[in-house]
Amino acid sequence: MSRRKSTLKLTTGECIDEVQRLLREKLSHDSVTTQVFGLETQRRHLLDIIKRCVNMGESNSAIIIGPRGSGKSMILKSILEEVKLEDNVQDNLLEVHLNGLLQTDDKVALKEITRQLQLENTVGDKVFGSFAETLSFLLEALKSGDKKTSRPVLFILDEFDLFAHHKNQTLLYNLFDISQSAQTPIAVFGLTCRLDVIELLEKRVKSRFSHRQIHIFSSLSFDEYIDAFLDILSLPKTFPDKNFTKEWNSHIQSLNDDNITIDVLRRIYQNNKSIGALKRLLLLPVCRLSEDHPFIRSTDLLESCQYLTMDSKAAMLHGVSVLELCLIIAMKHLTTLYDGDPVNFQMVYNEYQKFIQRRGHSVQCYEKAVVLKAFEHLLALEMIKPADGGQRSQKEYRPMMLLVDAMQIDDALQKYPNCPTEVKQWNMTEFHA
Amino acid sequence: MMSYLRLCIMASGKIGKDSSCYGYSKERIDEIHNTLPCRESQISTLLALFGKPSHAAYSSIFIYGHTASGKSAVITTILQTLQLPHAIVNCVECYTQRLLYEHILNQVGDVIPSPDNNYSCYARCDNMNDFVRLLKNLIEEKELGSRTLFIVLDKAERLRDMDANILPALLRLQELSNCNICVILISEIVLEKFRTGTGFHEPFVLHFPDYSKDEMLEIISHDCPSDYSPSFYISYVNLLMSIFYMVCRDLNELRHLAQLNFPKYIEPILKGEATVENAPKLWRNIQPHLQKALQTIYLREVSSAQWEKYQLENVEGAGSLPNLLSLRSSVELPYYSKYLLIAAYLASYNPTRTDKRFFSKHHGKINKHKLKKTEKISFQLLGPKPFPLERLMAIFYSIVEGKVAPTANIFSQISSLVSLHLVSHVSSDDQLDSAKYKCTVSLDFIRSIARTVNFDVVRYLYDFV
Repeated sequence: MSRRKSTLKLTTGECIDEVQRLLREKLSHDSVTTQVFGLETQRRHLLDIIKRCVNMGESNSAIIIGPRGSGKSMILKSILEEVKLEDNVQDNLLEVHLNGLLQTDDKVALKEITRQLQLENTVGDKVFGSFAETLSFLLEALKSGDKKTSRPVLFILDEFDLFAHHKNQTLLYNLFDISQSAQTPIAVFGLTCRLDVIELLEKRVKSRFSHRQIHIFSSLSFDEYIDAFLDILSLPKTFPDKNFTKEWNSHIQSLNDDNITIDVLRRIYQNNKSIGALKRLLLLPVCRLSEDHPFIRSTDLLESCQYLTMDSKAAMLHGVSVLELCLIIAMKHLTTLYDGDPVNFQMVYNEYQKFIQRRGHSVQCYEKAVVLKAFEHLLALEMIKPADGGQRSQKEYRPMMLLVDAMQIDDALQKYPNCPTEVKQWNMTEFHA
Repeated sequence: MMSYLRLCIMASGKIGKDSSCYGYSKERIDEIHNTLPCRESQISTLLALFGKPSHAAYSSIFIYGHTASGKSAVITTILQTLQLPHAIVNCVECYTQRLLYEHILNQVGDVIPSPDNNYSCYARCDNMNDFVRLLKNLIEEKELGSRTLFIVLDKAERLRDMDANILPALLRLQELSNCNICVILISEIVLEKFRTGTGFHEPFVLHFPDYSKDEMLEIISHDCPSDYSPSFYISYVNLLMSIFYMVCRDLNELRHLAQLNFPKYIEPILKGEATVENAPKLWRNIQPHLQKALQTIYLREVSSAQWEKYQLENVEGAGSLPNLLSLRSSVELPYYSKYLLIAAYLASYNPTRTDKRFFSKHHGKINKHKLKKTEKISFQLLGPKPFPLERLMAIFYSIVEGKVAPTANIFSQISSLVSLHLVSHVSSDDQLDSAKYKCTVSLDFIRSIARTVNFDVVRYLYDFV
């Protein structure tokens, strides 16, 4: 049956391959448009602004605020795709995408704008006096077209809050200034996750901004979250093998009734509502699909969840030597003794020696230099941290803070291979000076 | 429906095997597993994450684990054996952003700076914007198409010290460049410590657990010299571990120590004093030697070459380690310098108000028990406190034997103590009138100094009264 060459029937191997290709694409790229949940009003508002800029040449500015992974970029992208479907828009609209992580100062940003507007040739070797002059020249250059009106330009500033840290906020000032005065039609969109972003703007910049803020909060209820889960995993109707699609989708639906799956999803949901976390949960099960294991099972999800929620510090504690563990326990006791005040190596060493002398039989005593090396290894692992503000003193006497808590130590000791019982008992004893 | 699937699986059993290898030949995958023992689950997870070369990769993977747990080795071996397009840079080596970008571009673009090309790079690049643009061009130029490009950043914790935009931008490189790029960060620090600033994108986190004792033995046994049986070598490594394992779980360190001390272990066999089977005798021979190694070579107080030379000399007769052990405890100083150092030590570790009690003839009694309640920590543990020059001189004159005139000679000895790093200058250099110092030597050191001038320093220390 599967051997028959037909466009509709693929072997399981090929099916899995196709599924992987599709789902990996969905899981890896953040801004791939998936269904938008509960953001219709915001979407309509944005669409309206862009259409007015494109069709009527109306300048505008807006800031879209929402937490990471709430779908800011995704919404904007889907709107742009929709707008571009209109006839006269496609070759008329210009887009400039800037990102605060890439354009770290206004000079770089200006170069990037020139490049994206494809005006490198026009600018040539011209020397400009000021930033504003350059920018207005750039926009002026766009005016010369066949039409009387100039072409609308969309500026999309990702990580908008970072642009506010540029010197004098020159770029923002000029962009907002142009959007206020009736020059070239431009629309400026800032995307940020900072609620207080307006406070970052200087007065003169603030007064030129339209104060249009669009808030996007992911208000996914748990049911919607499950819907999103099913939506991500389901295969589209365009999938080549119809039978496989049916089988796969019914299997995905059956996950919905599975108690383990729901438990796992609830745990992740209560921790982090964003779709990004959900995608990270699904990544490993999808990647592990193979011929022998063609469907996602609830146990895969459970395994992946355990993977994601693993306590990394406890995992690192598992790999330190017994000596280092002793130092951590000594430090824990000292920290409780001194009410959380930092302690130095000398104190820790003293404490360690007291322990060794108490029951010197099975735990070996080491020279101070060897212990110091172990202490420095802990410092390199950032399990302890110097508490003096960069002020240098001898390393034995530098005040240090312990960055591992008692729970993690207990946890690590439980799993620690061949841990001497004395050390375990020492950890459990209440400290008394 | 199920029967259809079963049929499919049965019909395509052969292809099935192929697909679990993600399109690579079985031999290649086996080769990876063979070169990297005890890392099976990590390798298979990584292979699953990478998928086929044309699959979309997750934008960033964060790998953490202790030193010598095979993080870099696994990644490098997989990328090289499967011939995936990649760039591997070490962030300690590339400590500025320009070095980082140019190294990555050179590796992706196969440019090796050499005399032929006048040590030129692929392109000059000193900001993230140019880097992303050049990288995009390069991917087109190399016709990578949809094949995933892997960028590996070893010792990634150093990225935190660079500009704040670099780490978030690298984690989002796929989104920023719209190319199929996977950035792999390798570090021994946990991910929590990387979350600073804005724009942090959660990577996929993968933990490399430390090797268990048995796994370590298995790996070290690969180094066994050909003249001896692996079981003999393993029993030797077991002995070595009994001394070092409590202190050090670093595989590299243990391997190094095992190789370095093996000649000493087999020495009785070569001399004909013992046989391979006589393990107790061999143990008696090697044990003190390994203890010494823990105090010297493990602390890097002697170099490997010195240690080897010492072993050789010891075979022939009375060889001795370069006298480094004792160096820590004995320094020869002029007579007055010794007293100055003792005075500095007393000034550093005694509270000022007790000077009267220690150094004047008619002192009142100090009720030490009353004070003890308020100050729980002894001064020895807190480390040295700074003191002004006048106090040092006052203590010096009261403890030194005979009359000493306050000449420039005495003062110049203070500055030589500072240049010897026995005493350190605390206040800033421009304050000439109120110079403050701190004594930086340990109690054992000052005791041995005091012994040479017959001065009982402990009697003058507040903590020991």
